[in-house]
Amino acid sequence: MSTALLVVQVLNGLQLGLLLFLIAAGLTLVFGIMGCINLAHGVQYMIGAYLAVQFYAWTEHFGLTILLALATALLLGLLLEIVVFRRLYERDHLDQVLATFGIILFVNEAVKVIWGPVPLSLPAPELLSGSFVLMDGLLYPTYRLAILAAGLLVALLLWLVVMRTRVGMRLRAGATHPQIVSALGVDIGRLFMLVFAFGAMLAGFAGALAAPILSVEPGMGDNLLIVAFVVIIIGGIGSIKGAFFAALLVGLVDTLGRSLATDVLKLAFAPATANQIGPALASMLIYILMAAILWVRPTGLFGARTS
Amino acid sequence: MHDALELAATRPQSAALRSYAPALLIFVVLALVPPIALLGPEGYVLSLTTRMMILAIAVISLDLLLGHSGLVSFGHAAFVGLGAYVTGILITEGVVDAFTILGCVVAASALFALVTGAVSLRTSGVYFIMITLAFGQMLYFAASSLSAYGGDDGLTLWNNAQLLGTGVLDDPRGLFYAVLASLIGAFVLVDRLKGSRFGRVLNAAKSNPTRVTCLGFDVFRFRLAAYVIAGVLAGLAGFLSAVQTEFVSPATMSWHRSGELIVMVILGGMGSRNGALLGALAYVGLEELLSTYFAHWKLIFGPLLVLMVLYAKGGLGAVLAPLTGERPRG
Repeated sequence: MSTALLVVQVLNGLQLGLLLFLIAAGLTLVFGIMGCINLAHGVQYMIGAYLAVQFYAWTEHFGLTILLALATALLLGLLLEIVVFRRLYERDHLDQVLATFGIILFVNEAVKVIWGPVPLSLPAPELLSGSFVLMDGLLYPTYRLAILAAGLLVALLLWLVVMRTRVGMRLRAGATHPQIVSALGVDIGRLFMLVFAFGAMLAGFAGALAAPILSVEPGMGDNLLIVAFVVIIIGGIGSIKGAFFAALLVGLVDTLGRSLATDVLKLAFAPATANQIGPALASMLIYILMAAILWVRPTGLFGARTS
Repeated sequence: MHDALELAATRPQSAALRSYAPALLIFVVLALVPPIALLGPEGYVLSLTTRMMILAIAVISLDLLLGHSGLVSFGHAAFVGLGAYVTGILITEGVVDAFTILGCVVAASALFALVTGAVSLRTSGVYFIMITLAFGQMLYFAASSLSAYGGDDGLTLWNNAQLLGTGVLDDPRGLFYAVLASLIGAFVLVDRLKGSRFGRVLNAAKSNPTRVTCLGFDVFRFRLAAYVIAGVLAGLAGFLSAVQTEFVSPATMSWHRSGELIVMVILGGMGSRNGALLGALAYVGLEELLSTYFAHWKLIFGPLLVLMVLYAKGGLGAVLAPLTGERPRG
């Protein structure tokens, strides 16, 4: 494996990590603050991607598309919170799993009815559609670099909001001691609504960003959701910082694992065996990583709360 | 707790029998299905009911964890898939004796349950849900990348398992009764387990693990044993489903399938005597019915599920409670 390929894979890994972070951020807050498992978070990512495709068809302007998709994702998040989620916070995890599972079934099917089962695509914006010369003979799509930049920017903004503002302070307090925050006179219901809708918007943003590089299809968020769960478990539930580092870790491990596992195994096994085990092992890598981390630290790397 | 024990001790024999009525009725009706099916589309009826019964075995095993022990396992479909894959791979490699295959299925699912259970049960609450989910996904992706055995597309079996050298399992009616026998066996086994000392420790640990620990029980080991038993039963369901469909696919392990299994447990009323059985039959029946009349049946089923969670606790078991004399649990 050449250096050039390694650089590309590391960049791809970081890019996956940042997308994962956008999804995991909302998930870990809803999980950590409201104690609510939201399986439907993956469909919010999918909705973001579909909204982007739709708005682009109407406006043919990429920047406007992203803004509209963000606003609509936020509104849909609010709607979902008001109709279903605020009734779920007090329920046990099993009820939350079931109800959000029902939402997944509904939304995946609704998307199929509205946009059809065929995968759609969204062109990358003109300005970013070229390639960028990283080093001699190594081109990297500009749009992917833009995703990296956008992801880092959002991470920075989130960090500023969470660590430097009053709302952020309440969030952090709410993640560890919700009852006390409530007792101190913070309107916890409004805080919850805000967090939920904001998380939905972030997931939608991730979907809209990923739309030009992935195919937009029903169920596209479902597998990513599980990976996002792995991220927040590794990072520690409720910790934005944990979600950030765990997302990058998972993104890198997954991407590098997929490109390196077979080659590494060839050192120890016959090539035929390595070709067989390599891909299987690569796809299991992040789960093994999670199990190992939980074995050492049952509440994750930056976990504050035990359950 | 004391009340319940005394009640159980003084409850007359007839009341205990009455609580088995739905299950007994279901088994009798099921046993009569093949002769009745001769009157209609036999192949369709038999394959549908066989599928129902296979799922019911998986759901019964899940209820031992979910309803009875309070362990929300979200990766149960992985065991079904594992059983199916072991069967599929062995048959592809030329091993067709049903008992040899079953032995391997039991060993594989017990081992997988032992290893993943030992890791998962160290955690609790949401972490347990998520880690079982992750192990399920792990197996799903592993199966998807098994290119020698079909990979993503799944594995078609060109041969089928033989019971003592006969083709009984290849005959829809023979398979039907084999599955029915397995279902009754699984039902009785789990029902006996729930009522045994082992089961009562599990059930007590569901409400208060600390107290059970203080009473001198090693909760972790009890739970691990339950996890292994449930995993093996689900593996058996996987074996049967591979034999029935002569096809094995990674899709059987996807987390949607695990979610559906949980839905079936809840639909029937978790932890109740007949709940798992009712839930599986009702779910498959409802799915079949809705999808016949409306291609996008999930548009109805999804909201129905949300409404059930929000407003109807206890599932079908609670509906039947006045008939069976069982007290609904929640």
